[in-house]
Amino acid sequence: MHDLYNFVTGPLAWAAFIVFIAGSLYRLINMLYLVNKKEKFIYTYMSFKYSFRSIFHWITPFATVNWKRHPVLTIVTFAFHICLIITPVFLLSHAILWDESWSISLWSLPDGVADIMTLIVVGSCIFFLVRRLLSPEVQYVTSASDYAILAIVAAPFITGFIAYHQWVNYQFFMILHIISGEIMLVAIPFTRLSHMLFSPFTRAYMGSEFGGVRNAKDW
Amino acid sequence: MAEPAKSEEKIISDVGLDVGISKLTDDRIEKVINDVIKNETGARLKTYVETCIHCGLCSDACHYYLSHDNDPRFSPVGKVKQTMWEMLRKKGKVSPDFIKKAAVIAHTECNLCKRCAQYCPFGIDIAYIMSVVRRIIHRLGCTPQYIQDTAHSHSVTMNQMWVKGDEWPDTLQWQEEEAQAEIPTLRIPLEKEGADIMYSVIAPEPKFQAQLIYQAAVILDVAGVNWTMPATMGWDNSDMAMFTGDNEIMGRIKRAHYETAARLKVKRIVMGECGHAFRSVYDMGNRWLGWQAPPIPIVHAIDFYYEILKEGKVKIKKKYETPVTLHDPCNVVRGGGLHEKARYVVNAICENFIEMHPNREHNYCCCAGGGVINCGPPYKMTRIDGNRVKAEQLFAVKARGAKTLIAPCHNCHSGLEDINHHYGIGQEIKFIGDILYEVMEKPEVKEGEKE
Repeated sequence: MHDLYNFVTGPLAWAAFIVFIAGSLYRLINMLYLVNKKEKFIYTYMSFKYSFRSIFHWITPFATVNWKRHPVLTIVTFAFHICLIITPVFLLSHAILWDESWSISLWSLPDGVADIMTLIVVGSCIFFLVRRLLSPEVQYVTSASDYAILAIVAAPFITGFIAYHQWVNYQFFMILHIISGEIMLVAIPFTRLSHMLFSPFTRAYMGSEFGGVRNAKDW
Repeated sequence: MAEPAKSEEKIISDVGLDVGISKLTDDRIEKVINDVIKNETGARLKTYVETCIHCGLCSDACHYYLSHDNDPRFSPVGKVKQTMWEMLRKKGKVSPDFIKKAAVIAHTECNLCKRCAQYCPFGIDIAYIMSVVRRIIHRLGCTPQYIQDTAHSHSVTMNQMWVKGDEWPDTLQWQEEEAQAEIPTLRIPLEKEGADIMYSVIAPEPKFQAQLIYQAAVILDVAGVNWTMPATMGWDNSDMAMFTGDNEIMGRIKRAHYETAARLKVKRIVMGECGHAFRSVYDMGNRWLGWQAPPIPIVHAIDFYYEILKEGKVKIKKKYETPVTLHDPCNVVRGGGLHEKARYVVNAICENFIEMHPNREHNYCCCAGGGVINCGPPYKMTRIDGNRVKAEQLFAVKARGAKTLIAPCHNCHSGLEDINHHYGIGQEIKFIGDILYEVMEKPEVKEGEKE
């Protein structure tokens, strides 16, 4: 078990972070390469002002017509994404790892708060799953990969929660937690979780077209 | 995994589509799809398809989806699933039957109105994806017959309606004579080099709505602007090739249009109340020809009316009394931001203006635009059934008193006319120009001078 622990926290963790960072850079560079090669005109229309105007509206809850139309989904989506990013970075146990490995000392979340945030992520995943299963317009465009990415995202939070509370077989769930976290990192650049990388660009481009050419709001 | 579509497939006979499909082979389909995707698309298509998280939030944006009781087959992403996703997933190995369905979806069940781009959290441009599908259909020679015919007309005559070289100046002179009965000094100045404005129209105006040229001539004359119209090809600003994915012809006709304006050395082009032509001249054609913005400033009629009313070049005798509402056309509002100017104009010429809801950029499309009405009679009911939500919107505003519906766009006009009749809304549909012409101050003509 210790060997396995050392492996998943050592070489495998390195591999996961390298694939995540290098993969993300590769995807972004590849996108920009394609723009340069075939759709250079996009640069002509890009505008910082209108890009950020659009992004700002869409990252603010209820600041767009469509967010207002779906209040429950909006609350869940924002809570989910905030907790999804904040919790793993600022969890106390992770802060210790940051400190031990890199001597980076981060502010950390109180454990009780982290617990709640974890439950928000898991609960949101259940909400998204139910929505996929029950909403006809979502179900119609759902494929196996959509369930897979939902599972990939939920897994580190579920296993982490079980491991932290040490209900059953702590070591096993700890290792499972680490592996599932690594799977998620690796999956980000190579699945549709890559919306994390690309959505600011697609939003910015549409915002620029609407602001600069169409003189209309895109929210 | 996927929910079966609720609505039943309707069998529509379309010779362009049917004959085109009958000539397809699997090899050719595969070759064309992959060629278009590899050589004609780039970061946009790839990023859009890979970023879409399949959330379905675009659904509420689409009038087809709303009008078909939220049938997911008609949601924007649902249409992408049935077309582009399959083409990409199967790497172009799709059947002729699939191409037929894709053609019907891309050409008649999407107006390229881009309302969904305002509803997608990521700003994915589904109308662009549908345009790529149409481009593939075009390259496969399976474009619906009626709209293909207009593209042929563009190619041969440089106008949309097979208007012949001599018919054009003849029509203008006819309208000039008609208008001279009202204003004896009125001219429709042809080929006047160095005029400030070239006035351009879409081909249906000389073909069967010549009174609109008459009205425009009166407005331009009374406003006292220095204007002209070309007597040669290049007078037509319409563009169905843009909607069939025939980008090469789009480029040719837009070049002819801009170059005609350049030849006449005008300062700007003022165009009639048309939406798709505005999209073509203001946003699409210029890009194909390598211009960031149109090489000559384009002024849509709404913008022009705003200008002459604001500057007092045209005065209002007595405002139009019947309560009106305003339909915001996608191409000039979501595509050009003319909504506030349109309201200024409507308030300046009408006593009582009642907003419909939703409005401005969020207005529902007329369901005729994007080339859908140009696919002709076989798809008339597709448009009408696909826009029940528009009828509901119009009934609601009619209940609040609006008897006249202003639609400053030709396609909207025709599409709304069909919806008006089919659902029995009972509104009178007018262009802004119809009302402006009616209520503006015109030079008094002494009794004896009248015919």
